[in-house]
Amino acid sequence: MGALMVIFSVQPKQRRKRQDSVEDELELSAVRHRPEGLEQLEAQTRFSRKELQILYRGFKNECPSGVVNEDTFKDIYSQFFPQGDASTYAHFLFNAFDTDHNGSVSFEDFVMGLSILLRGSVQEKLNWAFNLYDINKDGYITKEEMLDIMKAIYDMMGKCTYPILKEETPRQHVEIFFQKMDKNKDGVVTIDEFIDCCQNDENIMRSMQLFENVI
Amino acid sequence: MAAGVAAWLPFARAAAIGWMPVANLPMPVAPTEKNKRQDELIILNVSGRRFQTWRNTLDRYPDTLLGSSEKEFFYNEETREYFFDRDPDVFRSILNFYRTGKLHYPRYECISAYDEELAFFGIIPEIISDCCYEEYKDRKRENAERLMDDNEDNKDCKLPNMTFRETMWRAFENPHTSTMALVFYYVTGFFIAVSVITNVVETVPCGATPNQKDMPCGERYTEAFFCMDTACVMIFTVEYLMRLFAAPSRYRFIRSVMSIIDVVAILPYYIGLVMTNNEDVSGAFVTLRVFRVFRIFKFSRHSQGLRILGYTLKSCASELGFLLFSLTMAIIIFATVMFYAEKGSTSSKFTSIPASFWYTIVTMTTLGYGDMVPKTIAGKIFGSICSLSGVLVIALPVPVIVSNFSRIYHQNQRADKRRAQKVQKARLARMRISKTGSSSAFLHSKRNGLLNESLELTQLPYKMNISHQSCSEDGQKLSKTMSLLESQHHHLLHCLEKTTNHEFMDEQLYEQSYLETALQSYPSRSPSLSSQGLTGTCCSRRAKKSSQLPNASAATSGLQELSAINIQCGDPPLSTSRSSLNMRPDDPPRLNCQSGQITTAIISIPTPPATTPDGDGHTLPNPSVQNIVKVSAL
Repeated sequence: MGALMVIFSVQPKQRRKRQDSVEDELELSAVRHRPEGLEQLEAQTRFSRKELQILYRGFKNECPSGVVNEDTFKDIYSQFFPQGDASTYAHFLFNAFDTDHNGSVSFEDFVMGLSILLRGSVQEKLNWAFNLYDINKDGYITKEEMLDIMKAIYDMMGKCTYPILKEETPRQHVEIFFQKMDKNKDGVVTIDEFIDCCQNDENIMRSMQLFENVI
Repeated sequence: MAAGVAAWLPFARAAAIGWMPVANLPMPVAPTEKNKRQDELIILNVSGRRFQTWRNTLDRYPDTLLGSSEKEFFYNEETREYFFDRDPDVFRSILNFYRTGKLHYPRYECISAYDEELAFFGIIPEIISDCCYEEYKDRKRENAERLMDDNEDNKDCKLPNMTFRETMWRAFENPHTSTMALVFYYVTGFFIAVSVITNVVETVPCGATPNQKDMPCGERYTEAFFCMDTACVMIFTVEYLMRLFAAPSRYRFIRSVMSIIDVVAILPYYIGLVMTNNEDVSGAFVTLRVFRVFRIFKFSRHSQGLRILGYTLKSCASELGFLLFSLTMAIIIFATVMFYAEKGSTSSKFTSIPASFWYTIVTMTTLGYGDMVPKTIAGKIFGSICSLSGVLVIALPVPVIVSNFSRIYHQNQRADKRRAQKVQKARLARMRISKTGSSSAFLHSKRNGLLNESLELTQLPYKMNISHQSCSEDGQKLSKTMSLLESQHHHLLHCLEKTTNHEFMDEQLYEQSYLETALQSYPSRSPSLSSQGLTGTCCSRRAKKSSQLPNASAATSGLQELSAINIQCGDPPLSTSRSSLNMRPDDPPRLNCQSGQITTAIISIPTPPATTPDGDGHTLPNPSVQNIVKVSAL
């Protein structure tokens, strides 16, 4: 009986070792991600060398492994909105930044996205926003997609708001949005409708310039 | 906001562009840096060892010495560095806190030295990260206990005026306080011993006289033993009455264990006196004498170890219960088995299952008297299994009890746990406060920011889309009081508010307003112009407390009262007033009544101690005007 017990105890260890080695490999490969050289990034984005350095230092501090996965992303973004739940919106943001859809945001993705947002033309920014709203990336924003986005934004406010957040507030907001944007009333907003409408709206134009000097 | 995350603030702000097409309202102006510095290295010279870091790193925690302008006091012009005359080893962990956001406690460091350094650099110890916090707390507690022990040795403090009763009680509880108490202590101890020995010797058979059989001494020298007993009982009675007299809370004293033991010890004697020497009750009388043995428990006042033993048994009740339960189970099982195994054999002592209980108990505790022995083979097999399992079952809970005892003996466990719970609660509360500090800081700054917005409001008639250009200078003035990081974060939250057309609110106020909206049928109107008309929603506290001061002359007192109320309220419900200012297209009816309220509101500021009570978090003309009722242009 003692021999049996010894055999049983040895078995799981071997199985564990095999699993561990697979995981170790994955982890090692994740740790080794390094961004492209500074010159390349300088050429691809509109940031100066110094700005890229500052950005990378902040990025690497929070994600020593060089890539951000969705959970870390959600975690970081939630810290800015202590009163509400920012995870849904962070999920959409993550998808917008992760342009090659490989499940993680590397420094290149990060810096490309920021370059559009902070240094891009209004057209590019609107394009980016459209991409964010279009969850399934089919070129049309439907009411359901917009409702999801709206709910995510309202979630960030949290519970304690004035006036009290009602159930139909996001839906009403979506209605207003579609009334404004959907010119041909076909129930979806295309990229052209979106850009046209935004360019005619003073408020939106002005607020797009808001974050010019963030870095 | 955590440290490293501060570096991601630009990202969060950039991502806010995603809200812009959705928002219906204009966005607030972003705070600008007055002089946009490139990030520079600063040198911190701590007792000769030079540390270098980015300025931004230190700015992450603006409420510490290194993060605030306090470090300018240590700036050395010639060498262009900041010089601190402190321990460089401890400074290492402090600087790492800025870099990584986690504060670690190095184990080799002395706890009081570390505490001093933390206090110097303005860091609260509660944010020590979890990996090191236990160690830190343990060391701190040890240190505190050591100091307390030293103090107790020195504590011969004589409280000046204690009543005779208090002195007596103190003498009873702590025999070392005075000589009389010590004498009393030893005398009672002596008499307890005498009483117990008397009880024991009473039953020993004394030498037999030729004409009589062997008799126990008690029956031979009845009077002598009776006198001894009487003397002891008298002493015990006197002692009990004295304790009863001196006790601060007589009711609690009567209920305590020691007093019950005292009573039980002396009661048999008195019962015996009262009862006649009747044949029928003498049997009961004899049993009562058994209770005299409880006198031995009176020794527990004299022995700390005995008390701890009693306390251990009480605290290990669950282990003892488990022991008892498992033993009972095993006894029943084995007794049944033995009974049926031995049923066949002739002249077996195992006549019934309860009769087998005795055998099982004796075997399991490895006593083995031998008065009941199995004779069949099956019986012997099961008997051996029984004794082996008995060893195991009894051996298991005993170490737990032993370790309990030693643990209790070395520390005062119960008081520690209570203290630790309180401390843990306090720590979590403090961390929660500092975390919610960020959200309440936003609300706080909104209140101040309102000052600037309404300043501009009164200058021009209210319009739906207020141009924010004029706000910018006022916004600049405000950002001086908080760091750039904070102002940028607040701007981000402000944009979110504008996008969703809702505002953040303090949690308590939210709950209040949630209750009040149900109650609010019509807003409370105040009779005259200059009285304080307060809005119903969100101002419930005020509505209750504000009296109706009809004339402006009493307004000053009202002002003070309101300011007093404001101070009590903490965060005054600014949201209502703001809501009336931001005219919302979907809230017209409410607007009318609320605007009626606000126009008649008397302004008063929640007074921060430095400033004078002027101006307000609500609507206001300009800060210099006191109790003028200003009709806001609504």
